[in-house]
Amino acid sequence: MKLHEYQARDLLAKYGVPVTGGGVATTPAEARSIAESIGGGVVVKAQVFVGGRGKAGGVKLAATPAEAEQVASQILGMQIKGLTVEKVLVAEAITYQKEIYLSAILDRATKHVMMIASAEGGVEIEEVAKTNPEAIIKIPAHPTLGLQDYQARELAFSIGLTDGKQARQFAQIASALYRTFVASDASLVEINPLVIRDDGSLQALDSKVLLDESALFRHPELAALRDSSDEPEAERVAREADLTFIKLDGNIGCMVNGAGLAMATMDVVKLYGGEPANFLDIGGGANKEKVKTALRIILADPNVKAVMFNIFGGITRVDEVARGIIAALEEVPTNVPLVARLTGTNEAEGLKILAESQLIPATSLAEAAQKAVAAAQATP
Amino acid sequence: MLFHGSFGKIKLEKTLSILINKDTRLLVQGITGKEGEFHTRAMMAYGTNVVAGVVPGRGGQKAIDGQVPIFNTVKEAVEATGANVSVIYVPAAFAPDAMREAASAGIALIVCITEGIPALDMVSTYRFIQDCGVRLIGPNCPGLITPGAAKVGIIPGNIASPGPVGVVSKSGTLTYEAVDALTRIGLGQTTIIGIGGDPIIGTNFIDVLALFQADPATEAIVLIGEIGGDAEIQAANYIKAHVTKPVVSFIAGQTAPEGKRMGHAGAIISGGEGTAQEKIKALEAVGVRVARQPTDIAQLVKEAMGA
Repeated sequence: MKLHEYQARDLLAKYGVPVTGGGVATTPAEARSIAESIGGGVVVKAQVFVGGRGKAGGVKLAATPAEAEQVASQILGMQIKGLTVEKVLVAEAITYQKEIYLSAILDRATKHVMMIASAEGGVEIEEVAKTNPEAIIKIPAHPTLGLQDYQARELAFSIGLTDGKQARQFAQIASALYRTFVASDASLVEINPLVIRDDGSLQALDSKVLLDESALFRHPELAALRDSSDEPEAERVAREADLTFIKLDGNIGCMVNGAGLAMATMDVVKLYGGEPANFLDIGGGANKEKVKTALRIILADPNVKAVMFNIFGGITRVDEVARGIIAALEEVPTNVPLVARLTGTNEAEGLKILAESQLIPATSLAEAAQKAVAAAQATP
Repeated sequence: MLFHGSFGKIKLEKTLSILINKDTRLLVQGITGKEGEFHTRAMMAYGTNVVAGVVPGRGGQKAIDGQVPIFNTVKEAVEATGANVSVIYVPAAFAPDAMREAASAGIALIVCITEGIPALDMVSTYRFIQDCGVRLIGPNCPGLITPGAAKVGIIPGNIASPGPVGVVSKSGTLTYEAVDALTRIGLGQTTIIGIGGDPIIGTNFIDVLALFQADPATEAIVLIGEIGGDAEIQAANYIKAHVTKPVVSFIAGQTAPEGKRMGHAGAIISGGEGTAQEKIKALEAVGVRVARQPTDIAQLVKEAMGA
């Protein structure tokens, strides 16, 4: 789960990272009053989940509260890459001499929380990785003891912070960032840029936090921060029904059990000249309700010209899925051709149930894909 | 080594299969839960020797119609029954503790089926298990099966058959698809292992490739991967240096759009890293035959073994 910049900033501040003063506004008047309380120049930043906000005109400086109000009125409501700006962060504008980079990520290769720092901040770290990989320093936090102070100091010195006081402050920020990561079960916490101010002190200017979906159950206060405004309606409905659905551009709807098999099914549809309309994993133990919700979501897409079911019953019983499909079709009748390939546990029973229905049977994944592609082409 | 129970460690890597066999003495953590009970029955029906269950607070009772004794702790279960493998079906919030308990009690192999475990819990748990000298498979995996000998986890037993092909996969149902095709074409399997799709897992492709390479009964290896991460690239490097047996592969997600999470936490591609195309290229470069669709895997194995 992604947090907005203002949410990430509040979270980091809570654990002791120095951030610029300010707050979030939903109206130009609110932006003005935040600017008044800051008392000086501010930066007004659109809070939307897309990169390149600055280039799109979503980040602007304002010298006075009146100007902040005016700038906020321009940014609020504007469209950036298809998303409407509903909130702006109004933060103190500061001058600085240098931008650096600091983050913690969950590193699957080493199975550690990896601390990453670079003297080259303000640009995407992926870019630095390509152009100047030596400028990126990585130190794995101890897996059971956590980030040690000596590791945080090492990080500071290795990116060239030789001034003792500055290195100490950097190490404190690195430790605070690590605490934020662990306390919120994040998969990424990034400060970019972390700036060196004219007086030599450090301050976080922009930050990014990704949270581990699997850990949200123990962080209700973080789960409540979820902003689904950029999540397509169908994906939200699917998520709430415990289905994984991703809309794609093709015309063959797919309903599959298991993420790997669902991806493989899309691959096979494409191999036979079709285009999948979606990725949909109904998960293990798919019951009638799940099948119903899944079918409703697939058929709601007007591009869908055929639907393909690919169920490999191991734990999931094929007859149960077959009953789910029949029940779903009673509630969601459709003329769209439906191809079903159901195999595995209780297969004979399942096929008997489907024999009296409108479904086109297939015995293998390849056959199902070919039939679905042909059916989609034949559908006007 | 610290933490080991009275039975110490039992050497599991015997011939004719890897990791589990007829000598497997299985303990089920969470045996009275819905999933745990359902799958324990299936494992026993397959012929797996299930010697104990652990449910804290229900020690002294019996599970599965009085057939399996329940213990309060893994330590007690190991001491009383000589259990050497544990399979975990407890909910995500409690699974890391269950893994650590098994590792500290002298279990040699832990198989964690539970999905949805917070990744950060796995960072410390993985290190703890490693320090105990114990192997972990999973979490969020279907487990493993040595056809005709033992099944640990949730892989349907009826699709597997004994034979010379080792199968290792990140996926569940996609593995069943491939195994079913192998069985239909007359190619049985030594052992089938689902390693799981989570960001942090106990056993990776390379570990299993090493076991299959060393197993005299395994003549060919099937490796089923998917988009996300670089485990398949590392597997390709490992194959080049250490694997002499023929390897056939399939990578799911060739048509997946970038930056979208496809169910498995691992199956995400962003910034061009971990695409199916990159992985296929790396595997083909080291002589692995890569199938275009899952159904082709069996035929490619047949060709590879005949070559």
